[in-house]
Amino acid sequence: MLHASRADLAAVVRLLRDEDGFNMCLDVTAVDYLTYEPDRALPPGVTPERFEVVVTLMSHSERGRLRLRVQVPGDDPTCPSLFDVHPGSEASEREVFDLFGVIFEGHPDLTRILMPEDWDGHPLRKDHAMGRIPVQFKGADRQDAR
Amino acid sequence: MTARSSAGAKELLRELGATLRLSESEAAELVSEGPSEDQTMIINMGPQHPSTHGVLRLMLELEGETVLRTKPIVGYLHTGMEKTGEDLTYLQGATNVTRMDYAAPLFSELAFALTTEKLLGIAEDIPPRAQWIRMLLTELNRMTSHLLFLATNGMDMGAVSMMLYGWRDREEGLRTLEMITGLRMNHNYIRPGGVAADLPDGWRDQVLKFLDGVAPSLAEYDVLLTGQPIYRERLQGVGIITAEEAIALGATGPILRSTGVPWDLRRDLPYLHYDEVDFDVVVGSYGDCFDRYAIRINEVRESIKIIRQILDQLPRGDYRIQDKKVTPPPRARIDESMEALIHHFKIFTEGFKVPAGEAYAAVESPRGELGCYIVSDGTSKPYRMHIRGPSFVNLQTLPHMMRGGLIADAVAVISSVDPIMGEVDR
Repeated sequence: MLHASRADLAAVVRLLRDEDGFNMCLDVTAVDYLTYEPDRALPPGVTPERFEVVVTLMSHSERGRLRLRVQVPGDDPTCPSLFDVHPGSEASEREVFDLFGVIFEGHPDLTRILMPEDWDGHPLRKDHAMGRIPVQFKGADRQDAR
Repeated sequence: MTARSSAGAKELLRELGATLRLSESEAAELVSEGPSEDQTMIINMGPQHPSTHGVLRLMLELEGETVLRTKPIVGYLHTGMEKTGEDLTYLQGATNVTRMDYAAPLFSELAFALTTEKLLGIAEDIPPRAQWIRMLLTELNRMTSHLLFLATNGMDMGAVSMMLYGWRDREEGLRTLEMITGLRMNHNYIRPGGVAADLPDGWRDQVLKFLDGVAPSLAEYDVLLTGQPIYRERLQGVGIITAEEAIALGATGPILRSTGVPWDLRRDLPYLHYDEVDFDVVVGSYGDCFDRYAIRINEVRESIKIIRQILDQLPRGDYRIQDKKVTPPPRARIDESMEALIHHFKIFTEGFKVPAGEAYAAVESPRGELGCYIVSDGTSKPYRMHIRGPSFVNLQTLPHMMRGGLIADAVAVISSVDPIMGEVDR
């Protein structure tokens, strides 16, 4: 497990790919730590922020995985995209953008992937409560409940 | 091999890439204008197309019958599994994840259980019998999943008899699973701490009956499909992807192996007791649809090999960990002990608490690396549950496989990726 700053992320991943053989990006996901209560195990020098982008890398030659964690503040949810290093991160980054609202700078096509294009909000954020959002249908007339 | 589809593809629109970067609303405007002479045409395939394996929609940019760029659009089946997972206890979590990949549900359960056990710190203490039962079940499930692929692949190619045969053999596999777990799908059989119940009486005969039935069927499939000129013509040289592309795009499973990369988690990062059984990793060489078909049909054979070894080596012992925190007391104890009754009640209402932390565990599902990432905050519900679905990532390879091919081959390519939409649209 490794921690990286937002500015370094792309460079670190590129270095890991070229120097250490972490040739595949398995997954990009995120965690919203808004309501997390216990102490977060972070190394000294890393300030906890609301979002954490988690990148899982795979090395076929070393037969191992590596987890990179990046702190992303809630008032500025941006993070550099890994598309240039690993094009396979594209769909996962779109998913994180869709469900958490983290904006990946440099992503070629950052649009919603799971939710409809005109959906409001980001469902996996902790302040997006379950079951409280009226189901949105396109072009359906609103009818008062009888 | 004549690389029919890749002939003109190399030079075709290389600078623009294979993925269509156009939002749905922009595409709708283009369609309403109608194509002019000098324009390419954008058409939609799906989400109701019978060969898109569920609700997958493809936006295809066509020039004549040639596919230039593709954009897979998912999200029609959005079931909110990850959000739901945050609201269910670890004990209930398996019922949730088992609904994701409906062709191979036991793998999702296994990934979830392994991650939870890592967080609990009991991964080393799971009884061997439970681990071997898990292997038996997942290998049976891999066979039914690949048989489903063979059936639908045949159907997509117009080989309707293959569809019937594949379904027939899968049915026997599901019967075996039903006998052991009680259900044909959504088993909730592999749970944190072990498995839900021990193997029932007569399970060995049923498993052997299934294996003995499938082996001659596979020889039949070889006659029906593998050597059949029309079938080969439709698959060979179609949907080619290189090893570099597959690695860059994060593809795993048969797609990666079809390009010649011998990567199988069961052998390379062994989990359960896979390092104690002998099997081969099937690898292709051209990275085309036929290789992916051949890999899957041969993986069924490898699974048969593994299951026969499991039948020989299955140890006796507990089928779940005897850890009072995780395992409910035996039924007989509840009648005689108030403590046991309270304990039973608490485990099934509140669940068990999991120490704070995070863990990732992955298994080789029929479609590739199926990973589960859980962040725990010390309560009995996961703070964040994420599934790395292989189908979801593998779908990105579609545009690269389709580029320069014919629209008629698109069906073959989609089928060869074998996406399960329940896992893509989680």
